[in-house]
Amino acid sequence: MFYREAGQYKSNYKADMAIFPLREDKIGIGVIILAAYSLAFLGDSFLLQAVMIPFLVFSLAAIGLNILTGYAGLLSLGTGAFMGVGAYACYKLMTAFPDVNVIVWIFVSGFFSAAIGALFGLPSLRIKGFYLAVATLAAQFFLQWCFIRIPWLVNYNVSGALDAPLRTLFGVPIIGATATPQTRYLVVLTIVVVLTWLASNLVHGRIGRAWIAIRDMDLAAELMGIRPLQTKLLAFAVSSYYCGVAGALLVFLWYGGAEYDVFNINQSFFILFMVIIGGLGSLIGSFFGAALIFIMPIVLGIVLPAMFSPFGISVGSDTIEHLRFMIVGALIIFFLIVEPHGLARLWQIGKQKLLVWPFPY
Amino acid sequence: MDILYKIFIEPFVFMGEAPDLLLQTLWEGLVSGVLYALIALGFVLIFKASGVFNFAQGIMVVFSALILVGLYEKGVPAFLALLLAVGAMLLLAMAVERVVLRPLVNQPDIILFMATFGLTYFLIGFGELIFGGSPKEMITDALYLPQGTTEVDLLGGMVRFQHLDIAAAVIASIMIGVLAVFFSKTRIGRALRAVADSHKAALSVGISLNQIWVIVWFAAGIVALVAGIMWGARSGVSFALQIIALKALPVLILGGFTSIPGAIIGGLIIGVGEKLGEFYWGPLVGGGIETWLAYVIALLFLLYRPQGLFGEKIIERI
Repeated sequence: MFYREAGQYKSNYKADMAIFPLREDKIGIGVIILAAYSLAFLGDSFLLQAVMIPFLVFSLAAIGLNILTGYAGLLSLGTGAFMGVGAYACYKLMTAFPDVNVIVWIFVSGFFSAAIGALFGLPSLRIKGFYLAVATLAAQFFLQWCFIRIPWLVNYNVSGALDAPLRTLFGVPIIGATATPQTRYLVVLTIVVVLTWLASNLVHGRIGRAWIAIRDMDLAAELMGIRPLQTKLLAFAVSSYYCGVAGALLVFLWYGGAEYDVFNINQSFFILFMVIIGGLGSLIGSFFGAALIFIMPIVLGIVLPAMFSPFGISVGSDTIEHLRFMIVGALIIFFLIVEPHGLARLWQIGKQKLLVWPFPY
Repeated sequence: MDILYKIFIEPFVFMGEAPDLLLQTLWEGLVSGVLYALIALGFVLIFKASGVFNFAQGIMVVFSALILVGLYEKGVPAFLALLLAVGAMLLLAMAVERVVLRPLVNQPDIILFMATFGLTYFLIGFGELIFGGSPKEMITDALYLPQGTTEVDLLGGMVRFQHLDIAAAVIASIMIGVLAVFFSKTRIGRALRAVADSHKAALSVGISLNQIWVIVWFAAGIVALVAGIMWGARSGVSFALQIIALKALPVLILGGFTSIPGAIIGGLIIGVGEKLGEFYWGPLVGGGIETWLAYVIALLFLLYRPQGLFGEKIIERI
């Protein structure tokens, strides 16, 4: 009724290939971004700090992995380590050149992790599928070992941990102990919006189509003139760039300092969960996946005690934790059975339904 | 030059000078290799029969060992607890087939892989809920597993053999032998191999896929239980064992996902390579390289043989 394709004519190819071909979609995305920005002024700091900032950071990482796994069809379990490279690179740059604005370094640190990612992507030319996944585990464990063993990475500080020195943007602290959740949220939101916009242009363009061709059948793609080495390495590089930036954001704008353990294998799996649950090969799916996997445990942590208390059963916090694990596991299986193509497919179906609503056809 | 000398000459000179240390390292590598192979075997069994890359194998190792130890702590006699643990693995196999595999039949591999992640989470939560998250001691005495060490005078030095390690190697070998006979000689074993070759052809000659899946998951559960007892006796029963189970992955790609001999030989190569690397080359870079060396060995190996040591040759057609 209010979401109609009818009457919107496209008179050139450019309009036809637009990312949001419908006027309603354009308005919708505008409203969502506006709402996200206004949340900074409406939401309380718990919501921003504990829910929204990590949600955005994980979404960014999930977009990174989705480019690799969903668009280029290369399974990777090294996401955590690539995030780590970004964080450590950002820390080194930030402390070595304190005068340059930290936002610049956050974007630059992604290039370091892109280089490392491309290096570990080299085997992808010869090996595929689960074999490649195990090969990327080499990256995960090797890089994590480097984070522990090379004290130069943390400027020889005795705790071996990354800390967030005070950095400002236009005189407002955005990194460090004095930065408010509000400003950090705005910075993260802006970076995520910009990078998501870039990613959506990338995957809808020539490069993205090359990735999809490689994913669907790399031999056929090669015969069509797509160079597999460059395309796969580019996928690794771009994916790692996103993961690297997400890693830097994770440490400096969410945790405000972290140890190597943040970038362990579980982090990699966590991001992979988000990508698969959200929908492989869908940017919006990355957001859904991150929301489900990250926010669901938080909600369960709040809901479960409330559910038990009316019956007079008091349960310990560790029992809640275990129940949470069980429910998350069961829900993952449930979602896979109900919709193996991820939440993005549900979103698509919803939009299709909305197009014809309130008529059945 | 100095660094080249340290990498390429010194370790070998050291090996030649102290053959007893070399022997000790090799032995330790072989034992851990056998145990890796045991975990890898569980993966291979399931992958062959259902094409599922079972990520939950690691947690099954922990879970089965936890049931055994947990029941014993509640006062159940050790061997009854062992039987009950086997029973629990059967129940788990049936539940997995019914709840996870059957609804997801014909889905892409990655979806099934993902489902086993879900299973892993569920089992972690479930195991901790029932038995608590704290590490437990494996009941070595009650299961009559030998303890202590024998020192043998060999090659000009004392080489120590832990009795437990010897027992582990023997039990793992028996296990592997039994599985090999089971696969090649019995009716069910042949059915399993038929399913591994082609689901459709197997269905058409009247093999029930569902039943085969239960059997395979049950077999993998028993392998997991044995691996759990052995690893548990060496390093305690805790959820950290799960990380050790990840070591089975390089073993798998080295040996090929579908080959049982591959899993064994891959396990031995990884086990020995890892220990030698850690002992002789580890100090050069500050130690601790055991965590990633296995993966790097497997990775380098894959560049030469993408299908693994014994894997089926990958033929690609358009």
